[in-house]
Amino acid sequence: MTTTGTYLIKGASILGGEASDVLVRDGIIAEIGHGLADGGATVIDAAGLVALPGMVDVHTHLREPGREDAETVETGTRAAALGGYTAVHAMANSTPVADTAGVVEQVYTLGRAAGWVDVRPVGAVTVGLAGEQLAELGAMADSRARVRMFSDDGICVHDPVLMRRALEYVKAFDGVVAQHAQEPRLTAGAQMNEGDVSAVLGLTGWPAVAEESIIARDVLLAQHVGSRLHVCHVSTAGSVEIIRWAKERGIDVTAEVTPHHLLLTDDLVRSYDPVFKVNPPLRTDADVQALRAGLADGTIDVVGTDHAPHPSEHKECEWAQAAMGMTGLETALSVVQHAMIETGLMTWADFARVTSTAAAKIGRLTDQGRPIEAGEPANLILVDPAARWTVDPFKMATMGRNSPFKGRELPGKVVATFFKGHPTVLDGALNTPHPEAAATPSGAA
Amino acid sequence: MKHLLSTQDLSLSNAIRILDTAEEMSAVGEREVKKLPALRGRTVVNLFFEDSTRTRISFEAAAKRLSADVINFAAKGSSVSKGESLKDTAQTLSAMGADAVVIRHWASGAPHRLAATDWIDAGVINAGDGTHEHPTQALLDAFTMRRHWARLAGTPSEGTDLKGLRVAIVGDVLHSRVARSNVWLLRTLGAEVTLVAPPTLLPVGVEQWPCSVSYDLDQTLANGVDAVMMLRVQGERMNASFFPSTREYSRRWGFDDNRLRALDDLGMTDTIIMHPGPMNRGLEISAAAADSPRSTVLAQVRNGVSVRMAALYLLLSGDSREPAATRAPAYTAPPIKESI
Repeated sequence: MTTTGTYLIKGASILGGEASDVLVRDGIIAEIGHGLADGGATVIDAAGLVALPGMVDVHTHLREPGREDAETVETGTRAAALGGYTAVHAMANSTPVADTAGVVEQVYTLGRAAGWVDVRPVGAVTVGLAGEQLAELGAMADSRARVRMFSDDGICVHDPVLMRRALEYVKAFDGVVAQHAQEPRLTAGAQMNEGDVSAVLGLTGWPAVAEESIIARDVLLAQHVGSRLHVCHVSTAGSVEIIRWAKERGIDVTAEVTPHHLLLTDDLVRSYDPVFKVNPPLRTDADVQALRAGLADGTIDVVGTDHAPHPSEHKECEWAQAAMGMTGLETALSVVQHAMIETGLMTWADFARVTSTAAAKIGRLTDQGRPIEAGEPANLILVDPAARWTVDPFKMATMGRNSPFKGRELPGKVVATFFKGHPTVLDGALNTPHPEAAATPSGAA
Repeated sequence: MKHLLSTQDLSLSNAIRILDTAEEMSAVGEREVKKLPALRGRTVVNLFFEDSTRTRISFEAAAKRLSADVINFAAKGSSVSKGESLKDTAQTLSAMGADAVVIRHWASGAPHRLAATDWIDAGVINAGDGTHEHPTQALLDAFTMRRHWARLAGTPSEGTDLKGLRVAIVGDVLHSRVARSNVWLLRTLGAEVTLVAPPTLLPVGVEQWPCSVSYDLDQTLANGVDAVMMLRVQGERMNASFFPSTREYSRRWGFDDNRLRALDDLGMTDTIIMHPGPMNRGLEISAAAADSPRSTVLAQVRNGVSVRMAALYLLLSGDSREPAATRAPAYTAPPIKESI
């Protein structure tokens, strides 16, 4: 491993517990203890800060290749580092679609060259996300990108036979199919959650049943073929119930919830401001409460941002014309702290589970989501839980200005991010990319 | 009032103020010279992203009777169809000095966007947005009902509301901006509304609305009704399985000759039949019903101009006072003596 220097983190509360010193040397947590000698290390005063494993996002849209006007691997991973992430899964709906070994290797290489986080490309399940023919899943799994998560995210693999085959096929390389659960016929032209608010606003409804019916089908398929299913961005109380039922039956299913679905409701759509337009849509308060409970009790395994930057012209328009999606990388920690920790539903140790440990396990990332112990890879973050800040999308690293949290005051700030032993973020600001990046010219191996 | 975007947020006092002002305006339409100088030098843009000749000419007539300059901007055959955004269009109109924008748009909420953003500073009147609202239609319907209701009571309509009036709104509520605007406004004015529709053409969430819901038109009529408002039903809904056939729809939910006779048989001599137009004769309304003395279809059109004059006047006259009481001070037409 490249030399990344030596850092002594003094007095950080490990997972919100006891304050300890953490010595980081050459990419590894060398030692944990009290009163460690600096021995020439760069000292970071971490009194009052919480040390957590670097966050792992199972669901990020980096937009490159194809929509570099919305985001690039460089800008998206800068945002990720600032948000406390040390790994992100880059969704496959780029242009061209990440449905070949060539495209996933390109994204992987761009991530390496950027050097802010591990970029793990997600491979498309079907060629061109068209839902007709399996993409070369094996080739993507065997590529240098070592893809383990496959998803047509943005589009549901709605053909039950194709979904069955995908679930079966990925067993050959310990893959997982991450489903965007949305029955297409029930959601034709859908604009927002179907319910009291859509009835008044005259916007075509996106009914909860369109999500729940696909999840019910898919957990039964996963059981039938003995494979591994991941459910993207669960958004309804009914979905939580179905997943809880499936887990009780021993079905190998994992699920994710976005920060925005943990906090925001469809009442916000009354403004017709497309910054609140997202897929799946914002739901009701009852759904929000069920999602929080599901995340707290482990029914929902992870928080995934579904970070979806869009150029401003795709949001400065009529609601029906606007693109779906919200940025999330730089607000996820704060929103989860606000919705889950400050409500007493979770501890920082739970936070580490849902933002890092479980996420790394789903993506089969061996160097991420590890315990904060001597000898482990130094992917960790320091968080100031007492900080308060007001969200300003124009101060973010992401190119997307479409944050639904704009103007809100949120708790918690990432003070430092260590990525493989190197501080990509220091004092709450971007530092430098990992030195390995310099050795990785973009476009080269 | 800066904008007129929906009836849901329209207070009782403002609603009555518009209706009372419309009564004053209607007097102008009965004069030989149908014109007032009230908005001389002001520019009203009719911004239509959706075909609607009826609504557009109604607004145009209203603005011209108030002496405003009128610009008709139809999305078809303009730069809009070449991909210009609503934002750019709005900023263009703003740069040209539009004082009010009357917007018809296929997208629900488009007028709210114009009003909420800094794209344009003009007053915005919603002339129908998607399946959301059509506030001036509801106001002209209320105006028509109020005149009818006041006539039955033998009182002038100015200052009155619709307390006790029983209204049935029949048809495709799901896709109807007219129905939504009417439900909110009629609730505000104190009327009792029953929506009658096939279950497929009612929105999920309708149970939260301030009205009753029925699937049975005959029962609703038998229960007693003072105004029956028939909504336009589009035949192509049949293809999306909202109902099995146009004939079945007509039999169950159309206002046909049998139901016209039923009103007589039930002794409801004063019940009116309304339709926002354009009508599908033979589908949601029979020719005999449309042409019967009960029909207010043409009165609605006539009243539409008065109500739109009132809305434009109140938005553009710079009178932003909130009326102190329910009985709003209405516009009083000055004697026309200057040359116009």
